[in-house]
Amino acid sequence: MKHLIQKLTDTFSPSGYEDAIRDVIRTEIKKFADEIRVDALGNLIARKGPSTGAQGGTRVMVAAHMDEIGLMATHVDEKGFVRFTSIGGVYPRNLPGGRVRFVNGTQGVIGLDGGTFGNDLPPLDKMFIDVGASNKNDCPIKTGDVAAFERPFLDLGNRVVAKSMDDRIGCAVAIEALRALRSTPNEVYFVFTTQEEVGTRGAQTSAYGIDPDLGFSIDVTGWGDTPGQRDFDVALGKGPAIKIRDGGMLSDPRVVDWMISTAEKKKIPYQREVLLGGTTDARAMQLVRSGIPVGCVSVPCRYVHSPSEMIDYGDVQYAVKLVSALLHAPIKLPLVGGK
Amino acid sequence: MANRTPTIGAAQFKLLEKLCRAVGVSGGESEVRKIVLDEIKSFVDEVNVDALGNVLATKKGRGAKRLRLMLDAHMDEVGFMLVADDGEGLYRFKTIGGIDPRNMVGKQVVVGKERTPGVIGAKPIHHTTPDERKKPLVEDTLRIDLGPESKIKVGERGTFAPNFQRVGPSLMSKSLDNRLGVATLIELLKASYPNVDLCAAFTVQEEIGLRGAKVAAQYFKPDLAIVVDATPAKDLPMQFDGENIFYNTKLGLGPAIYVSNFSTIDDPRLVRFITDAAQKAKIPYQVRQPGGGGTNAGSIQRAGMGAPVISISVPHRYTHSAVSVARIDDWKNTLALLHIAIHQITPALWK
Repeated sequence: MKHLIQKLTDTFSPSGYEDAIRDVIRTEIKKFADEIRVDALGNLIARKGPSTGAQGGTRVMVAAHMDEIGLMATHVDEKGFVRFTSIGGVYPRNLPGGRVRFVNGTQGVIGLDGGTFGNDLPPLDKMFIDVGASNKNDCPIKTGDVAAFERPFLDLGNRVVAKSMDDRIGCAVAIEALRALRSTPNEVYFVFTTQEEVGTRGAQTSAYGIDPDLGFSIDVTGWGDTPGQRDFDVALGKGPAIKIRDGGMLSDPRVVDWMISTAEKKKIPYQREVLLGGTTDARAMQLVRSGIPVGCVSVPCRYVHSPSEMIDYGDVQYAVKLVSALLHAPIKLPLVGGK
Repeated sequence: MANRTPTIGAAQFKLLEKLCRAVGVSGGESEVRKIVLDEIKSFVDEVNVDALGNVLATKKGRGAKRLRLMLDAHMDEVGFMLVADDGEGLYRFKTIGGIDPRNMVGKQVVVGKERTPGVIGAKPIHHTTPDERKKPLVEDTLRIDLGPESKIKVGERGTFAPNFQRVGPSLMSKSLDNRLGVATLIELLKASYPNVDLCAAFTVQEEIGLRGAKVAAQYFKPDLAIVVDATPAKDLPMQFDGENIFYNTKLGLGPAIYVSNFSTIDDPRLVRFITDAAQKAKIPYQVRQPGGGGTNAGSIQRAGMGAPVISISVPHRYTHSAVSVARIDDWKNTLALLHIAIHQITPALWK
């Protein structure tokens, strides 16, 4: 599975520009899905199990976003330096000295305007990308071109580090769970969503199209187990985290119970996640049409939204087991309000 | 119905002037709506006004495999709403849409259906201290002065006084954002595009959160959408090593093609399609600097099952103030680019 994780994280696909990662994932799943389609916003939708009407199984949407945060060129100056803005939640502190790769293949390093040294954190507009051009005319970048972090994949044994672990690790879990799911009585839609990092946009339209009975996302969450981290009781190596809430969504308690009882039955270690900031595709799914019960299976991840995001390989394997177990058996949530 | 290439001449300037002189603050767009309905009714197959006040017009194409193309231009403009009567014709107000208070002071306004004239005033220099003059005036300290005989009630809307002018190569007026887009869409509807089903939405309440476009898109369920708007140009000389690097757009460089803003990442296939069409037709264009701001594309893209979208805007200086400045050539080129591009829209676009 590490090979798959590397393949996914080595691909450059910032929000809105998911063509490359969609092709990679489609190749990985095409033998295992019963039906694959791409919708208007570029979401890759793979169905497993009986389609509508066949046996009346519960329709479940499982979302893992395939986009990553990145940068977009705003101006190429007379000397060939590229000014940029962010796509998604990029922390300026993670940028200086880093390297980026544009979707068109051009690579470059991030520099700071003179006079911005010292302890002050410079904003993005005091930074530029140097692609080795000597003037505007020999710069291969134009306004609107898109880039992502460049950082090699690092295998540390139990721990694995890469750019875009958020949320290629969720994609990897979804791919492996789909492969492991030989049969299911449920109508399962694995959705590899677009534009999550700019506001869970792909999940919103794909959920509208699928109109599921319930859903969950598979995404990274933060960590509380490095020096100075506080108020977050999730650590690497203690299993996937079952989300109870985050900054944008309260998981449906029935979904939380279903996930916890499944984990306990299958002896899968898990953690209870109470995240104060941030959110996932589940937020958009919960509010689509007349609303659905949602939850989230999280993979704890250190240094989220930096070019070096670290996960625990055991957590990932347990996440695959949990997701497969959730989808394998008939899903019957207790009724609320007669639905 | 003859097929004609839309152009900008005396009739179009007259139409734009009429649109700019209309008052249509968000939620109160009826003056603009009336002009739009009169202009388009003989050129479309079907037109209706929805519950929010959007004008939704359809012009069917011919032949097989036509895409449903939604064109959007918002009719509303920024303005004010009176919130408290202080007596003596002085009213407290809140802005509708984004207006910098520094752009309000010393401006003539019109309020209510009868267009009662008024002034947003401030203490004159005779009575201010040097310290006061360094501080920006805030909305809460400003009043709209309508005079003691005013019959205007709290809750009525107002905006900057109409002031349209053509000056050489330039257009100067309030509400060029987005009467330029409205006028453009009207002219496009007068032409014919048999390759698509044209779904034209003249939308309400854009300036307060892209609201009308959301229900318009839910109604049309388009295959793709082009949003026509006006975008700020911040192109006055602003020095950074001798180079202005944060201009958003520049006057005179042609229609501004969007690639990304806070509301939307414009579909890369449509960005390529529109820029290719411009290059082939030798129509000047510019890529709007990605960054903040939002257009109706954000609402349309995410309505229902979603649709690929792109925004194309006419650049103009001094947006959301009493008077903005645009170039006639930029407007002409925006219309020309849209006309040429729409003719080329077929399902082959997605290949």
